[in-house]
Amino acid sequence: MNDALYREHILDLYKNPQNFGELKGATHKHREFNPLCGDDIEIQVAVEKNRVKDIKFKGRGCALSIASSSLLTEKAKGMKVEELMKLTKDDIVEMMGISMGPVRIKCALLPLEALHKAVLHDA
Amino acid sequence: MDNNVARGLKEDFPILKSCTYLDSAATTQKPRQVIDAMSRFYSSQYANIHRGVYKLSQEATMLYEDAHTEVADFIGSEQDEVIFTRNTTESINLLSYTLHEILPKRKEIVLTELEHHSNLVPWQQFAKRHGMKLRFIPLKKNFTLDYGAAEKLISRNTALIAVNHVSNVFGTINDVERLVSLAASKGALSVVDGAQAVPHKRVDVKKLGCDFYAFSGHKMLGPTGIGVLYGKRELLGKMPPFLTGGDMIRSVSFDSAEWNDLPMKFEAGTPHIAGAVGLAEAIRYLQKIGMDEILSWERTLLKAALKQLKGRKGVFIYSPGTEKSSGILSFNLQGVHSHDVASILDERGVCIRAGHHCAMPLMSKLGITGTSRASFYLYNTLEDVKRLVSGIEHAQEVFA
Repeated sequence: MNDALYREHILDLYKNPQNFGELKGATHKHREFNPLCGDDIEIQVAVEKNRVKDIKFKGRGCALSIASSSLLTEKAKGMKVEELMKLTKDDIVEMMGISMGPVRIKCALLPLEALHKAVLHDA
Repeated sequence: MDNNVARGLKEDFPILKSCTYLDSAATTQKPRQVIDAMSRFYSSQYANIHRGVYKLSQEATMLYEDAHTEVADFIGSEQDEVIFTRNTTESINLLSYTLHEILPKRKEIVLTELEHHSNLVPWQQFAKRHGMKLRFIPLKKNFTLDYGAAEKLISRNTALIAVNHVSNVFGTINDVERLVSLAASKGALSVVDGAQAVPHKRVDVKKLGCDFYAFSGHKMLGPTGIGVLYGKRELLGKMPPFLTGGDMIRSVSFDSAEWNDLPMKFEAGTPHIAGAVGLAEAIRYLQKIGMDEILSWERTLLKAALKQLKGRKGVFIYSPGTEKSSGILSFNLQGVHSHDVASILDERGVCIRAGHHCAMPLMSKLGITGTSRASFYLYNTLEDVKRLVSGIEHAQEVFA
């Protein structure tokens, strides 16, 4: 953990996120919006035989929400739906590798919320 | 005021030793004088007010009543026209629950597109309860109100106008005198949200001519939990009380009650006595410097910031210009979310605000999700402006 929020890996992910765009053949999707800061993330998932075959996200947001979306979608690939549902705040904090205060952590948790809601909804 | 005076004032604020505070539009820091006055009150002058016959209670009562006088003198009203509430939000809510009976029987309430949620949501609810409609004076591209449109919007259909004096997003000082007199000429009542005005400029409610005026203590060096509602005596007299119970009654039987005189009629229950004492001290502190001096110093700081930022690539500024503004600077950096700007500045000990500033409809109108906002006050210096500008430059480098 480091006190600084904007470490190189976070900025790199913000500028060049993984899995950004439209997923063709998505079976589930959900768009989550944080009105406080205007972060707006949609997660799209293609589930096959109860596993994540592919996953993408789109939308706009701050560096933390975009970096977190990128890391989360990378991690989710190949996971079982039940495993996906067990992901928590602690997993996000660990992936991000930075210490976020009570306000900014909400930015990083937005994609997880979107993902959890997505798998409950058909596309 | 000049930079040396501001540096000297900063010494009065213990917390400012540890950070560069540029979020005074949200709330201001407190000078030693206010902290001490409240501490003194609790240590040696505290008792409940009005009904205690012992000396301590009488002293506390006097301090509480003197605070009303201090506020009244400060805004040019009579002492019994000053009601203590929790804050601007509560002052406006009080009106939204007591005003209906005295309004002309018409269907429209006119607001501006610049309203803070606290002067919007209570009127949305009010309109719903009473089958009325809200109309909005639009904002022009130069971040000032469209007064031409206001002339058409405020009409014989208008029951009430509720407008902000100074915008918390852009710092725009609105010509409320003009809007109030327009409303009066059509027989409509007027409410002014002065949360961003009273701390920064001279306000005379009688000169403005408004029927009601609301503001908060914590945005003007006072404590949290104490706010003010000014109302014209004859109107307050006709309105029903908001909260009922102790202190707001003259006499009570098992079946009914008779209301107390103003302002007690609207101050039910034990009030924030220490808050009133702190607010009175804050006003004395402001008056020692002078409100004209304060506004002019804020504009000096704003001008310095604008000079260093205007024309800088990737910086968008939302300001009506120094002469029409208080010390508020709203901006966005291209490709950087406002929360990231605020977090990066925070890493350097510079406190600014980011987001929608409780003006979500305004943000959607501008097609943005928020702005970063630095707001200056009497304790800010040219060095603070320099730290802000260098922080902004740093944010741009980090995200380049």
